[in-house]
Amino acid sequence: MIVTTVAFYLFAAITVASGFMVISAKNPVHSVLFLILAFFNAAALFLLLGAEFVALILVIVYVGAVAVLFLFVVMMLDIDFSELREGFLQYLPVGALVGLILLVELALVFGGWVIAPGAAHAGAEPVAAFGALSNTRMIGFVLYTKYVYLFQAAGMILLVAMIGAIVLTLRHRQDIKRQVIANQVGRRREDAVEMKNVEPGQGI
Amino acid sequence: MAEFWTNYGIPFAIILGESLALLVALLIVTAYVLLADRKVWAAVQLRRGPNVVGAFGLLQSFADLLKFIFKEVIVPASSNKGVFLLAPLVTVTLALSAWAVVPLADGLVVSNINVGVLYILAISSLGVYGIIMGGWASNSKYPFLSALRSAAQMVSYEVSIGFVLVTILMTAGSLNLTDIVNAQHTVWFFIPHFPMFIIFFISALAETNRPPFDLVEAESELVAGFMVEYSSSPYMMFMLGEYVSILLMCAMTTILFLGGWLPPFNFVPFTWVPGLVWFLIKLLAVFFMFAMVKAMVPRYRYDQLMRLGWKVFLPFSLFWVVLTAGVLTFFDIAPK
Repeated sequence: MIVTTVAFYLFAAITVASGFMVISAKNPVHSVLFLILAFFNAAALFLLLGAEFVALILVIVYVGAVAVLFLFVVMMLDIDFSELREGFLQYLPVGALVGLILLVELALVFGGWVIAPGAAHAGAEPVAAFGALSNTRMIGFVLYTKYVYLFQAAGMILLVAMIGAIVLTLRHRQDIKRQVIANQVGRRREDAVEMKNVEPGQGI
Repeated sequence: MAEFWTNYGIPFAIILGESLALLVALLIVTAYVLLADRKVWAAVQLRRGPNVVGAFGLLQSFADLLKFIFKEVIVPASSNKGVFLLAPLVTVTLALSAWAVVPLADGLVVSNINVGVLYILAISSLGVYGIIMGGWASNSKYPFLSALRSAAQMVSYEVSIGFVLVTILMTAGSLNLTDIVNAQHTVWFFIPHFPMFIIFFISALAETNRPPFDLVEAESELVAGFMVEYSSSPYMMFMLGEYVSILLMCAMTTILFLGGWLPPFNFVPFTWVPGLVWFLIKLLAVFFMFAMVKAMVPRYRYDQLMRLGWKVFLPFSLFWVVLTAGVLTFFDIAPK
């Protein structure tokens, strides 16, 4: 099992290191690239746990879609790096204060946290027949039976968010020409072309 | 220590050997597929195509390879050097690593994992990073515009590819590519799922930035796309990555719809031919269609491309997912 252990520490170390680079890299595009590296290594950690479905979904959703949009936005920003560095010192006291308060609050919460006796076992072994099926099937069975209402609710929330975003940004401009494929395809020869018999020297 | 060798050393050596064999085979096939692409294109236009290096130009790709390698690598002064050189590496590595799960024949696969389809989807959705990074790091207008276009294009068509995969998965009842091929013993999936076959083929063209969807390099408006600033070996890596992922898409079409290594008829003269040969024949047939599309179809306009992806393919493939699920449940023929 030594190889697994070495792999775990390797992936974990890279995850933490790239997480640190996300906040310390000067160029925001480099930050996003390091974030992608962190996602990747988190996926590798899931693979080590034997959760191949979750690992690949993490890569597909976060790296393949979310981070691409992130990168889009960050690349489009017009950033003046020297200005950013000046701002850093100015905001440092406030930022440090917020961080400190968060740290203290987290310490308070986790200091008083008591884990229920059966929780660790229940988490590791969510369904009795786990060993028999691949974990893709198992997630499917649990998600669409036991947690179906929560699953549907999550879907509804995402749908509402999507419709909201579209409604906020959609605007129909009247002053531009739009292509209507149906009109183009539905156009007939009789409507568009007219045959004229032109006499020589007379014109139309 | 001896136990360590038998548990890790020898399997590692075997996997390394398999991967190297696959890599070499893949690169040679890529070299000839590139030549075939140019030959088909030339034949459609009544030209001869490359015919000087070697008999019938058979060594043309290798001559090009040498030319690319011996040229000087030019890195623009104002580019972001690390990312600039990382981008082609990312492209080519991702394109090659996707082949790890592709079954070439029954049991002939480097890594027969349970979630093969998801792995392919994940890897191909990462392909966009090579393009975005290359376009951004060049620090130049045209590559950047092209990279943004291409990223939007690839993300859009991935959605409909995802739904096509879902219909196939429901019919086959597995995410494992070998199981998907074995599920096609009675009928190849392109017959019941013919509209999905068409959508997958067209989306594959868009996903690999092939004509008529090669808006990435639309010479008439963007000079030559995101790789304008690239030269010599980095450029070659982009090109190699592109062709390897085209081959991957051909292989995926073969596996998902054309029955992979299975013979077309399950009786004697056809079953004598080894599975690998059937797989290659089907793969090359799909590639021939790719090449013919390139030769015959004019380039799409960008808004038409987006309209096709979002307003035609997405609703239709979503409808087909619902239909397939309904039919499988109603007649109780869903695989257990």
